[in-house]
Amino acid sequence: MLNTFIGDLGHLSVIVAFVAATVAAYSYYMAARNQPLGETDASWLRLARGAFFLHGAAVLSIITCLFTIIYTHRYEYYYAWSHSSNHLPVYYMISCFWEGQEGSFLLWIFWQVCLGLAIMRFNKRWEAPVMTVFAGVQLFLTSMIMGVVLLNVKIGSSPFILLRDFLTDAPFIQANPNFIPKDGTGLNPLLQNYWMVIHPPTLFLGFALTLVPFAFAIAGLWKKEFSKWIKPALPWALFGGLVLGVGIMMGAYWAYETLNFGGYWNWDPVENAVYIPWLVLVASIHGMVLWQRSKTALRTSFVLVITTFLLVLYATFLTRSGVLGNASVHSFTDLGLSGQLIIYLAAFVVLAVALLIVRWKEIPVSDKELTTYNSELWVFIGATVLCLGAFQVLVTTSIPVYNAFLGFIGIKSNLALPADQIAHYTKIQLWMGVFVALLSGIAQIMWWQKNDKESLANSLTVPGVLTLLGAALVILLVQYNKLQMGAVYIVLLTTALFGVLANLGMVLTLIKRKVSLSGGGVAHIGIALMLLGILASAGYSNIISKNSSGLVYSKEFPEDINRDNVLLWRNEVAPMDGYDVSYTGQYFDVPGVPNYVNKELLFRTDDEFKALARAEIKQGDKVYFKAGDTLELRPENTYYRVEYKDKKTGETFTLFPRAQVNEEMGGLLASPDIKKYASHDIYSHISSVPDPRKDKDWSEVKEHVLSVGDTIYLNDYFAVLRAIEPAHQTAGLNLQPGDLAIQGDFIVHGEKKQYHVHPVFVVRNKLIGRVADEVEDLGLRVAFLNVDPTNKKFTFGVSTTQKDYIILKAVEKPFINLLWSGTLLMAVGFGMALVKRRREASASLTAPATTPRKAQPAKVTRQVA
Amino acid sequence: MRRICVFRLLHMKKSHILAIAVIALAIGIIMSAAGDASVYVSFREAKERASQGNLTKVHVVGRLPRDGQKQILGLEYNPTLDPNYFAFTLVDTNRIAQRVVYFNPKPQDFDKSEQVVITGAMRNDIFVADKILLKCPSKYVEKDIKGATASVN
Repeated sequence: MLNTFIGDLGHLSVIVAFVAATVAAYSYYMAARNQPLGETDASWLRLARGAFFLHGAAVLSIITCLFTIIYTHRYEYYYAWSHSSNHLPVYYMISCFWEGQEGSFLLWIFWQVCLGLAIMRFNKRWEAPVMTVFAGVQLFLTSMIMGVVLLNVKIGSSPFILLRDFLTDAPFIQANPNFIPKDGTGLNPLLQNYWMVIHPPTLFLGFALTLVPFAFAIAGLWKKEFSKWIKPALPWALFGGLVLGVGIMMGAYWAYETLNFGGYWNWDPVENAVYIPWLVLVASIHGMVLWQRSKTALRTSFVLVITTFLLVLYATFLTRSGVLGNASVHSFTDLGLSGQLIIYLAAFVVLAVALLIVRWKEIPVSDKELTTYNSELWVFIGATVLCLGAFQVLVTTSIPVYNAFLGFIGIKSNLALPADQIAHYTKIQLWMGVFVALLSGIAQIMWWQKNDKESLANSLTVPGVLTLLGAALVILLVQYNKLQMGAVYIVLLTTALFGVLANLGMVLTLIKRKVSLSGGGVAHIGIALMLLGILASAGYSNIISKNSSGLVYSKEFPEDINRDNVLLWRNEVAPMDGYDVSYTGQYFDVPGVPNYVNKELLFRTDDEFKALARAEIKQGDKVYFKAGDTLELRPENTYYRVEYKDKKTGETFTLFPRAQVNEEMGGLLASPDIKKYASHDIYSHISSVPDPRKDKDWSEVKEHVLSVGDTIYLNDYFAVLRAIEPAHQTAGLNLQPGDLAIQGDFIVHGEKKQYHVHPVFVVRNKLIGRVADEVEDLGLRVAFLNVDPTNKKFTFGVSTTQKDYIILKAVEKPFINLLWSGTLLMAVGFGMALVKRRREASASLTAPATTPRKAQPAKVTRQVA
Repeated sequence: MRRICVFRLLHMKKSHILAIAVIALAIGIIMSAAGDASVYVSFREAKERASQGNLTKVHVVGRLPRDGQKQILGLEYNPTLDPNYFAFTLVDTNRIAQRVVYFNPKPQDFDKSEQVVITGAMRNDIFVADKILLKCPSKYVEKDIKGATASVN
């Protein structure tokens, strides 16, 4: 039965959420209007709070409805049909929820409801003006999922649309509007990964968190409290920096593990769209810390905090409007929301920038000229460097936007993203890394001491000397390993080492004084380690599958062509750099069995999610399935078993890179498998395989008439017919009483081992049936064709096919663990700083505003920018 | 002359020097983006560029030529001979056909794609591609519904 109730309830909740957000925004505005900060119009405030609570309740109701639709497989709804399927485990149903644009908007809305409630609870003094901004943003976001047509204009795209209303032209809908599909089209298998359960919520929490400092800044401008907003906003900004940074790196790690472009970062516009606001957010944190410490950089803080949020809006526009078109592989599908997204972006750009301009001259400026011996100067320069780095990524990532804009005003533009994006971004981002590492070290040392020429020289000597020694050692080691190190890499190495050592020295000193002070230092060590990890793993990634054979065509282009893939025949050992490598068969993931299961042990059934066990499936001593048992498997992934043997040490390991049948991503998709060592990773992925979905081309059947004991050659392998015996009841044979069934017992001598081949001959009700047996390893199929009982001769039909192979690419990535451990350290550092600033902020709350510290320094001038 | 400049510099506020440096760097960044940005061109233009000695990489958008049975014409990939050599013919938007070589394995499901975007440059008479982006038929248009013709609930 078509259930429209739950969809209607959901849709109604969206409309309620929208209206309530509008009411909340207006009432909060009225409550705060014409009042100094902290004072409000009580009746408006009551209304506003009520409206925001109602908004929150409506959002919960939307989420409940949508999740129920997915969870109960209501495929009459387009969202469930296109993002979910019957076979999906519950934890991936959570991912379905935000696979679509509407769900991800919903996730974002949800986080902002949580943050809004937290502000209502913890930042009462700021509640009215801050929540005006919050409710305003919620108003725009909920409008994105409204799905209402007003005056022929579609507003938002509802997640509660029925399949029949989406595919109005489909013939089966026209034949029967009440048609409900039995199964959904499923969650993109690429996203069926634990990282995809936690990465999107993390990222959207990060996005939502950028709203908090923005709302405080706007409230500060509005209420002319130009400096007091920083203290409550700073912990939120730090929390945002932590969450967004970790979210970005989760995405990077997922890409490294799952995608096959060979790394963790691809400069895809979707990645850049998050990276840009994060850099500016981190810069804004530094600005705010400068104000807290020495009452400078207030205007900078305003500009950066506001820019961060506007960049998040811009990122939303980039990834969701379809403007990227060809430029990105994984932006959302265009839902026709471009107009609405532009209005959303423009509204906040205009309001925020106008407010900033109007108040600009009133924002206090410190008259103090910073000298070279002020750490503040170097922090400020560091923040500037971050912004310049963000600026580069922004300018380039926006290229499709320039095309779209020029096209809009009638100019044809054919600008494309750089052909070599890595080189393009690296040439600026690398220097950003150099200066960030250097400045973070210097400024951290200067921050905690009184500086003059002598004291500075003293405290820089130890880390400086250690850095030079360390860098020299690394350079020697690099050369010892017969690798090159150019000047630019040496500079990055040296500065990053300095970043680690200088910050480490400071952290060790600070821990003695007070642990909580060292958050910044710890985060900086993390960043510097990340830089070292990037330098090593990207700068010195080494393709170990370089191909020396197969140079048939290369005479045309002898120079500079990399040939990075090798072909591995099944069960044949091939040398590859320092390894002997062999591909030894295809495997499947069978839930419940710890390792992958050999395809040869599985008899596939008509239901692609089920198979019968041909033989005992066991690992070690534990038997998981007996022969003939039905088991469930995940059919979309085929794993290719690749054995590596280190030629020097003799050490062996096995990798299972996979190919995934993935219609949404264009068909067959390869994912790597990674052997992780402390010092390096061996990263391998399939570049090409004979398509597992296609039937093989078999040669014509060749007949052999044999007696027991005869020897023949099958596809170049030597084989003996050992016996003719009664057929065993094996998987898929389905013998019944009264059947006469015999099988041939061949032994085939393959390269590595012997294979038993059992072609079966069945007589049932005077009809003859034949079940051929295939040895995938050898590309061989044997059928039992006929029996001549008088002469004791047996006829077998043999056909052959091309032997199975894979094409493999393998890369060694040195010291990539520095990147991941650096990320963790950075997160810890952010966390420590967050705790410290949070304590300060609440301390100032408990000591109420009896001393309304006019934040302006004594001498305030208007700086002419 | 030089002395005067230095003298002026000394009298400038640090913030001004910083602002000037930032503006200079920002301009440099924009110039570098403009310099590195690639363009979408036709094969004719790609040839002209190459004949002028301009070997910077360009983007070309095209389609794969197909015969009456919808089979793609001119695909050449024989992994057992050389897994790193894939050649095909691409017809650009001006209907000019061009032989393209890609020194990598053939992308899986190349055959299905409707539109192909390649980056690279002409070398001799062959376009050497280093990146292939496939545009497959949209998920929402072509996808059939399983069991759509089956019984109705």
